[in-house]
Amino acid sequence: MLMRESAKDDVLLDVRDLETHFYGEESVTRALGGISFQVKKGETLGVVGESGCGKSVTALSILRLLPKLTARTVGGEVRFRGRDLLELSDREMRKVRGDQIAMIFQDPMTSLNPVYTVGHQIAEAVQIHTKASHPVAAAKAEEMLRLVRIADPERRVNNYPHEMSGGMRQRAMIAMALACSPELLIADEPTTALDVTIQAQILRLIVDLKERTGTAVMFITHDLGVVAETCQRVIVMYAGRIVEQASVIDLFARPAHPYTQGLMRSVPDRRRGRQRRLPEIPGIVPSLREPIVGCSFAPRCPFAIDICRDKTPVLRDVGSSHTAACWRAEEVMGA
Amino acid sequence: MAAYVFRRLVSTIAVMAMVGIFVFLLLRLAPGDPAAMIAGRSATEEMIAGIREKLGLNDPMPVQFIHWVRDMLSGDFGTSIFAGRPVLELMSQRLEPTVSLSSLTMLVSVMIGVSFGILAAWRAGGPIDRLLTAFSALGFSVPVFVVGYFLVYFFAMRAQLLPVQGYKPISQGLGPWFEHLILPTVALSVAYIAFIARITRASMLEVLSEDYMRTAAAKGASSFAMLFHHALKNAGVPILTVVGISFAYLIGGVVLTETVFNIPGIGRLVVDAINNRDYPIIQSVLILTSGLYVFINLTVDLAYTLIDPRIRY
Repeated sequence: MLMRESAKDDVLLDVRDLETHFYGEESVTRALGGISFQVKKGETLGVVGESGCGKSVTALSILRLLPKLTARTVGGEVRFRGRDLLELSDREMRKVRGDQIAMIFQDPMTSLNPVYTVGHQIAEAVQIHTKASHPVAAAKAEEMLRLVRIADPERRVNNYPHEMSGGMRQRAMIAMALACSPELLIADEPTTALDVTIQAQILRLIVDLKERTGTAVMFITHDLGVVAETCQRVIVMYAGRIVEQASVIDLFARPAHPYTQGLMRSVPDRRRGRQRRLPEIPGIVPSLREPIVGCSFAPRCPFAIDICRDKTPVLRDVGSSHTAACWRAEEVMGA
Repeated sequence: MAAYVFRRLVSTIAVMAMVGIFVFLLLRLAPGDPAAMIAGRSATEEMIAGIREKLGLNDPMPVQFIHWVRDMLSGDFGTSIFAGRPVLELMSQRLEPTVSLSSLTMLVSVMIGVSFGILAAWRAGGPIDRLLTAFSALGFSVPVFVVGYFLVYFFAMRAQLLPVQGYKPISQGLGPWFEHLILPTVALSVAYIAFIARITRASMLEVLSEDYMRTAAAKGASSFAMLFHHALKNAGVPILTVVGISFAYLIGGVVLTETVFNIPGIGRLVVDAINNRDYPIIQSVLILTSGLYVFINLTVDLAYTLIDPRIRY
């Protein structure tokens, strides 16, 4: 009992049955079909899945940054340090954004405001959340640029985004996100838009800073290689739902969902040498505009049997701290 | 930057030379003999010939042109045929009402137009947006003299809140000056407010969907900071462009408004000059307004660099 209580104290973010819909001209897209997961203090949680599976929508739902006219979170709770963020007023929510939960985005080329210097944009984050005077905030901006290892920070604070390379801009974004020492950093595909060589540098930087500051990180990516390098735990998403949840070690050792297995097979592996052709998952992702009967992965699944097509599987334990939403998880793990 | 300004100034000289030739020819090619007009109806042939000689109208055209340009450059814009006084003196007497009316109109139009545009973009698709869009469409299509007489009827004649027409110089007190300018300014501003609001809305809408606006929201920026700090400056280049264009169009609007409200400004001076075929005045006003256009254009182009650091010349 005592163990359980202390385990609960460790939970920083507790998402329960989060459901988000997008409203089109005449259809509703169920982008998130009720997902639940936790982020513990100081841990790095990977969120994996292919495009359109709901990874980014999850992040934007947590921070309530979805486009107001077309999207709405219709159900669930987002408990952050015990408070449900979905219940907060707009003003209270603004105090959370950038201060307690910060976010970095995929495309550093478009995510910084082109008409202000990066120093100004970092200092702004500081000034929104603290009473810091202008010179203090400006000094903090320079310090943050040094922290993210931008050479010549005293000069770079006065640069406009277009005067920086993509990698440097993403470093500036990270500096901005970490300026107020958030407890949770949501990184939405932070390396996808960058050159491969820069990707590794940015990943290492995030891992380093995470260790130094103790910030928990929610790392959204479609790249299992990135997950293996950076995360402790992983959730795998498919068609707006979580299909598997495990520690990184368990996930790679014994994937329990056929979709996870498919993802792993489609990662190129240098050790296997030149492959004839990279295996892919056959079929296409189901439309989220119509209700899905049974398991959403069943049409593409080599393990699918009748029950998969009739009844939707829910997440269940398939090992210690390892859950999967698959009727045949045991067979899948044994395969 | 300095090189750019220099190049622009050089091209300004070329533009002004073209305008000069056009304006010069306007007088020479127009029907009627200026000398005969100056001399009046009862003049004799000798009198007209004397005036022709005095004005240098017997010289070859290029010589006349050079003399004309030389005189203007030395500040001599000629003498009014009708009033018989230097054009420059007549214009400077009429400058204050026109400058008052146009600067007040620009100030009001930019402030209200930009605010309306921002408000409409912020509440895009909502009732406020639809109301403002309807107002823009209406304001843009109703001419100054309709709005003007409408305002005069209700606010000056029926309600008797404001003077019907006329102008009081600023030297007679700020109150009367302002009172006389309210209705003309409102009448003239309506179209510009509509124009500026429409462009501001479109430009802001585009900016509001940019990635960096989401970044600003993720930082915890307030709606006010998002709109006025992050979005407005990015939307500024198109807005500045239409403000520049509005300024240029303003001169036409001023002529109408001064006529409707009987304001003794440059606009009225020109209208009277056209009625009287007072060519020296028409020429001078044309040259000076063209110069003003060119100057406004250059100022706007240079102001872009203040708004967007990516624009460099």
